Amino acid sequence: MGKLLAVVLVLIAVGSAIPILMHTWWMPEDISTHGHMIDRQMSETMAESGIAFVAAQLVLAAFVAMFGDKKDGRKAKHLPGGAKLVVIAAIALVGTEVLALGVFGKDAWAEVYFRKPVADAIPIQVQAEQFGFYFRYAGPDGKFGPMHPEKIDEGSQNFFGLDPEHDVESRDDIVSASLVIPMNKEISLMMHAKDVGHSFYVRELRIQQDFVPGLDIPMHFTATKAGKYEIVCTQLCGLGHYNMRAFLEVKSPEEFDQWLKQQSQ
Amino acid sequence: MLDASAPVVHQHAPPTSFIRKWVFSVDHKVIGKQYYGLALISVFLGMILSWLMRFHLVWTNAAIPGLQLISKNGAPGGVMTPEYYLSLLTMHGTLMVFFVLTNAPFAGFGNYFLPIQVGAEDMAFPRFNMMSFWVTFVAFVVLIAAFFIPDGPPISGWTAYAPLSAVGRDAGPGLAWGQTLWAISIGLFCVGQLLGSLNFIATTLDLRTKGMTLSRLPISTWAWFITSCIGLLAFAVLLPACVLLILDRVAGTSFFIPAGLVISDHLQPHAGGSPLLWQHLFWFFGHPEVYIAIVPAVGIVSHILMASMRKPLLSVKVVYSSMIAIGFLSYMVWGHHMFLSGMNPFSGLVFSFPTLVITIPATIITMIWIGSVYGANLRFHTPCLFSLGFISVFVAGGVSGFFLAQPSLDIQLHGTYFVVGHFHMVMGVAAIFGILAGSYFWFPKMTGRMMNDTLGRLHFWITFIGVYCIFMPFHYLGLAGNVRRYSSFVDDYLQPLLPLHKFITIAAFITGAAQFIFLYNLIYSRFKGAPAPANPWDATSLEWSTTSPPPFDNFGGRHVVVYHGPNEYGVSGAHGDFIMQDSSEPGPEPVPGD
Amino acid sequence: MQVVKVCTTLVAALSIAAIVTAAPGGGTVTGKVTYTGTPVKPKPIDMSKEPSCVKQHATPEMTETVVTGPGNTLENVVVYISAGAPAESNASSAATFDQKGCHYQPHVLAFEVNQELKITNSDQTSHNIHPLAKVNQEWNKSQPPGTPPLTAKYEKPEFISVKCNIHPWMHGYFAVLGTSHYAVSDGSGEFKLPNLPPGKYTLTAWQESYGTQTQEVTISGNETKTVNFTFTAKPY
Repeated sequence: MGKLLAVVLVLIAVGSAIPILMHTWWMPEDISTHGHMIDRQMSETMAESGIAFVAAQLVLAAFVAMFGDKKDGRKAKHLPGGAKLVVIAAIALVGTEVLALGVFGKDAWAEVYFRKPVADAIPIQVQAEQFGFYFRYAGPDGKFGPMHPEKIDEGSQNFFGLDPEHDVESRDDIVSASLVIPMNKEISLMMHAKDVGHSFYVRELRIQQDFVPGLDIPMHFTATKAGKYEIVCTQLCGLGHYNMRAFLEVKSPEEFDQWLKQQSQ
Repeated sequence: MLDASAPVVHQHAPPTSFIRKWVFSVDHKVIGKQYYGLALISVFLGMILSWLMRFHLVWTNAAIPGLQLISKNGAPGGVMTPEYYLSLLTMHGTLMVFFVLTNAPFAGFGNYFLPIQVGAEDMAFPRFNMMSFWVTFVAFVVLIAAFFIPDGPPISGWTAYAPLSAVGRDAGPGLAWGQTLWAISIGLFCVGQLLGSLNFIATTLDLRTKGMTLSRLPISTWAWFITSCIGLLAFAVLLPACVLLILDRVAGTSFFIPAGLVISDHLQPHAGGSPLLWQHLFWFFGHPEVYIAIVPAVGIVSHILMASMRKPLLSVKVVYSSMIAIGFLSYMVWGHHMFLSGMNPFSGLVFSFPTLVITIPATIITMIWIGSVYGANLRFHTPCLFSLGFISVFVAGGVSGFFLAQPSLDIQLHGTYFVVGHFHMVMGVAAIFGILAGSYFWFPKMTGRMMNDTLGRLHFWITFIGVYCIFMPFHYLGLAGNVRRYSSFVDDYLQPLLPLHKFITIAAFITGAAQFIFLYNLIYSRFKGAPAPANPWDATSLEWSTTSPPPFDNFGGRHVVVYHGPNEYGVSGAHGDFIMQDSSEPGPEPVPGD
Repeated sequence: MQVVKVCTTLVAALSIAAIVTAAPGGGTVTGKVTYTGTPVKPKPIDMSKEPSCVKQHATPEMTETVVTGPGNTLENVVVYISAGAPAESNASSAATFDQKGCHYQPHVLAFEVNQELKITNSDQTSHNIHPLAKVNQEWNKSQPPGTPPLTAKYEKPEFISVKCNIHPWMHGYFAVLGTSHYAVSDGSGEFKLPNLPPGKYTLTAWQESYGTQTQEVTISGNETKTVNFTFTAKPY
């Protein structure tokens, strides 16, 4: 029985490790400027955890195979070094890992959260609602018109509750169901929730942030590769949560300017 | 503490009527079995819910015959609607975390065995004990009632984040009376747990028999004692949180709801509240709760391992000291559930540090276990298999926590199946293995009959391999960014992941079916199992010194006096390689290698 | 004497016949709904999050809060008898509302109180139909693709805004009316209310953005009366 358990443990350890080593199911390519820090952290953590996982299963397997009750009257014995050795080893191994990952890991976090967007970042507002994302650009006047919740009328596509009749700054605001941005330019995203909690996640951009009703939350990022990517909601927001997404379209600067001009007409 | 020569004074007279014996009983053994029975019903119900969920994820638009009879609106024509999936998800989580993982290892086995293991006749407050079970039972009934109301059960998950859970029916189906019933149920559950925790603490501190010093407590008693200390503060915070949620829903308050929300075209009549407040209150409870779920299992597995290995752990003191450290640290880490919640990002770093540090005592315990297997004389009966399996899955679940403890990695993994894989591995698998190990180990004592060991081993093998087939792939899905709590997978990037989901669903059906082997074994053995001796496992703690099952006062009028610690295995005892705690034979020779 | 009796009977019979044969015929009110001023420009609807619906439209669907026709006419205006007619129900079949291409068809569905409403999902995606009733009971139900039609009834007259919880751009209206004499203006802004018994009536026209207007009309026999409505359009 012990040998059978040992074999199963080894198979489990190896079987679990293979898809990881082969990146069978893995993060998509990184198209952001800060993502490489997260990816490096991920690889380091995966290496340390992976080794710890496999080692624990293999050592357990070895001991289980070796130390079954052979009914030969042999007295049980302790591991040389005893508890003291184990405690010191545990503290040394995990302690150093904790320090390394904790201390060095803060750079990725700091890059996303501890600095303000650069001065010429493009400001875009995103509103999350049950069940879609809508985006607003300031338009040629560079100003966002005020939002009036009581004026929201989805049937006429007034998702932000704008009042262009009375608010001059709202007249040139561009509302879009897709997030269209130029490549290699920092975007300053202002996140607003209309109804309940939602979240903004783009795997390729290596960013994720919850929307909090009552809080307007700033985010910034820069995309480095053109293409179409999915923005998905990751915070349970009601029955349509599974179908809450929008597309991020990263264009060349010229294509973006063209698109912006088209929207203004 | 009792003097051995003092006359026997019973805490309460033996009950005579059927109602007093089996229904409204103050006997901790009956109450323990009642909790266990409630947990057993809950776990099978929760498992069936998970089957329905896994089926729907893979065959989204297929009709499930008969489902429309349970919910006409939730499953028209038998096809599950998106909201019904979310309500099954919510009820699955709520049942499993509260009514299974808090009930069985802690309230179930703890109630039955803590008084016996400390040498007492019953808990310190038997009537509080009875009340705590029945309050928990009412909480269960209130929760299940949500299935049968027209609007259906709540859809906000077991975490019930505000404002989705707080604004009422505008936010969607299930969020009318279903959510309120949920909050009432959980509030009642907290009351039951608080009463239980008080009992455990008082009994451990005050009702230990002569010779039972704190350092001679079995490791499982230490675990129940530490768990009840954790629980006292944790449930004391969840209870007012549920009250505030109910007030927001029915009394027009705005603890969790800010101004200006437009839901279902209605401007909500609330102002001034904070959704983050709910998250702080909930996770201040929620994180210690997961340790409430696992610490008893850690104690039970340590207890069983020693009897299985025929030797003590390398150091039992280190193990329970680590458990105390975990209990203490568990109150400092709740923000790691909220790294991306919108709270101050600096808090993310602050919470990350103790979250990483809590790995240390957990690793110490795990390495003590593995290191203790060196030099053992393992007896591979079913309780031993589940205990060894526990070590394996506890490691698997623990290492994924390492990723989630780092806020920068949480950016990529939060809200994905990686998180779901992590908590299922540690709670849905490891804690359950602890309960199963305890079930096989203590069934003979509780019923006077042995369970069938062949069926037990079959149950173990299918389950052990099956849980890895189900939950290890969850981590791969999470790395690929598969978002959680989706009722179906319509996004483009999810399409290539569907075959893996199919594999998981089939593994879940097979593994779930194997649990009926356990259920059959339980029921069959209860009536037809071989008679069990007092000490079938050659174990040392006090429960094995009395009959199987124990008499109503646990020790048949005998004053128990304790002479030894509970870890005397692998020594030359009068009856074998062990010395029982209440045996008056002299102390052991030191174990070689000490 | 005999001749007088026969003549009176004949006249009475003819009058009765005239009245009896006049009832099914009845008067008719027709008209056109137009606007003055500049209406809001329809905007294209971006359905990109639901590709199975995008595929069904060669050009994007446009918003329908104000739908105009040639000659400054307005479509989707509900014209009905709001006073003067006895409350009666003529409805024998169900009123159907279809979800197709992530779009409600028709945009405005007029039907009677207690008439059966049948809602179908002709798309490959789930919809969640949410009529935002204030006077009647509010409900919402999900409808996965391929499931049987939903049926519902409303007991009181009300103009009910309808939305889809899953697709925020989908909007329509239920006009639940207490009369069987109603029409919805077509692509040329025209409407027709036939089979009106003689009487003095109040005619109401309702447009979802511009509100209501009323006019009085009297029917004495089988004539056709023309009643036109003109709304003032707003550019915002």
